[in-house]
Amino acid sequence: MAAVDDLKFQEFDDAANLLAANPDATTISIDEPAEIPKNQRGRLQEPGREEDDELLGTDDSDKTELLAGQKKSAPFWTFEYYQMFFDVDTYQVLDRIKGSVFPVPGKNFVRLYIRSNPDLYGPFWICATLVFTIAVSGNLSNFFIHLGKPTYHYVPEFRKVSIAATTIYAYAWLVPLALWGFLMWRNSKVMNIVSYSFLEIVCVYGYSLFIYIPTAILWIIPQKVVRWVLMMFSLCLSGSVLVMTFWPAVRDDNRRIALATVGTIVLLHALLAVGCLAYFFDAPEVDFPVPITPAHNGTTVITKS
Amino acid sequence: FAGLADVSISEDIPVEGEITVPVGSHSPDEDYSTLDEPVKDTIMRDLKAVGKKFVHVMYPKKSSALLRDWDLWGPLVLCVSLALMLQGGSADSKDDGGPQFAEVFVIIWFGAVVITLNSKLLGGTISFFQSLCVLGYCVLPLTVAMLVCRLVLLAGSGTVSFIIRLIVVVAMFGWSTLASTAFLADSQPPNRKALVVYPIFLFYFVISWMILTFTPQ
Repeated sequence: MAAVDDLKFQEFDDAANLLAANPDATTISIDEPAEIPKNQRGRLQEPGREEDDELLGTDDSDKTELLAGQKKSAPFWTFEYYQMFFDVDTYQVLDRIKGSVFPVPGKNFVRLYIRSNPDLYGPFWICATLVFTIAVSGNLSNFFIHLGKPTYHYVPEFRKVSIAATTIYAYAWLVPLALWGFLMWRNSKVMNIVSYSFLEIVCVYGYSLFIYIPTAILWIIPQKVVRWVLMMFSLCLSGSVLVMTFWPAVRDDNRRIALATVGTIVLLHALLAVGCLAYFFDAPEVDFPVPITPAHNGTTVITKS
Repeated sequence: FAGLADVSISEDIPVEGEITVPVGSHSPDEDYSTLDEPVKDTIMRDLKAVGKKFVHVMYPKKSSALLRDWDLWGPLVLCVSLALMLQGGSADSKDDGGPQFAEVFVIIWFGAVVITLNSKLLGGTISFFQSLCVLGYCVLPLTVAMLVCRLVLLAGSGTVSFIIRLIVVVAMFGWSTLASTAFLADSQPPNRKALVVYPIFLFYFVISWMILTFTPQ
């Protein structure tokens, strides 16, 4: 018989204590894909809660959804609705960036850092910075590579900025959309314990692109080996963030589908990196001057094999 | 009205007063009277306001004049002149040239709007147009840098000129960023100041990059 206490409104602290007392209790999150208020989560960030979460294990329990504060629901045509996605402080953004650059094996980026407070500040401005960094670094690297050639006339290559912007923003927003749709579809077939909202996926993708900013700056160095080593390194780091985030969401599924999903995520990420390197950064050439023959369109390029 | 005839003031109490209402220095009557003034006065007043704001930008102190009486004339003039000066770089109709007039215009205005939206979404208390006004006026040092760069490029385009241009552009970029931060920082919530200042830094960096990489044909 239900005790009177069960009918009383319980503070969220009690819920944490309840779970601490009985860690095996099943927790269910009610996720409806079409529900817009899913994205509205009030901020209940207290430093004590972080220790609770880490003690209980962050892998696949949904207690963060249980503990999410009262949802501040504002209609989507008001300004306050969009302010909910910018409810982050400086130290939180820096923490999330650190978490994306130094992935801790076994810890889920979303559970550890996002914690029901996905923000749009990070993804948007990291993408903007990355666009300009790639364009500027590519321009600089081409300038240094072709410096000294008598026929070389420096061009600012401004068109490439818009191409970079289209590519990176499309990657950072359309791929999460497709992935979210796919995960929702699989969720309806197989009951996954872990599921992410669209904004959380956008957040992970946005923050995982941060490592490419210093990589793009270092790609100015005109050595092919250095560039590929840098690319592998950053691909491993950001790829591991993505893999560790999405593996718990698909591992309950059919084995092949799970592996195919994670493989596609990594493949698209690699494609982005390789494409940026190939398009924006000219291949470094050897040092001896190349004879210019008028029959060709430009200087002949000899790349180190 | 028969009863009113009985109301009277006794003869030995003097009635004093003034009929005219004293006019304050900022009475709204002034606005109505600007219709009658000569056009020259109207234009000079606006020009003086714009010029005063230019001075505020060049010597940024914490004055609220820039914020209180915002106007967008100054930013428009600065943006148009900067875009005109940036045009003509690599104008041989190749695709990889410098930014065209429309591109500079769009970058400056769209960038300013995005930064303003960003600061408002983060909880800033500044109004939309005030922020646009500040960001636009703080492009003035970079416009001066562009002018200097074009003059230096007239003299030659070797390494020395590049170093001069680099120093000038970097100095003006720092000036712009510091000036706009000085005006805008107070209206932001204290634990998010860096989040608001960084996009401003990126904005002026992009403009500085366009100025520095300008190569005349």
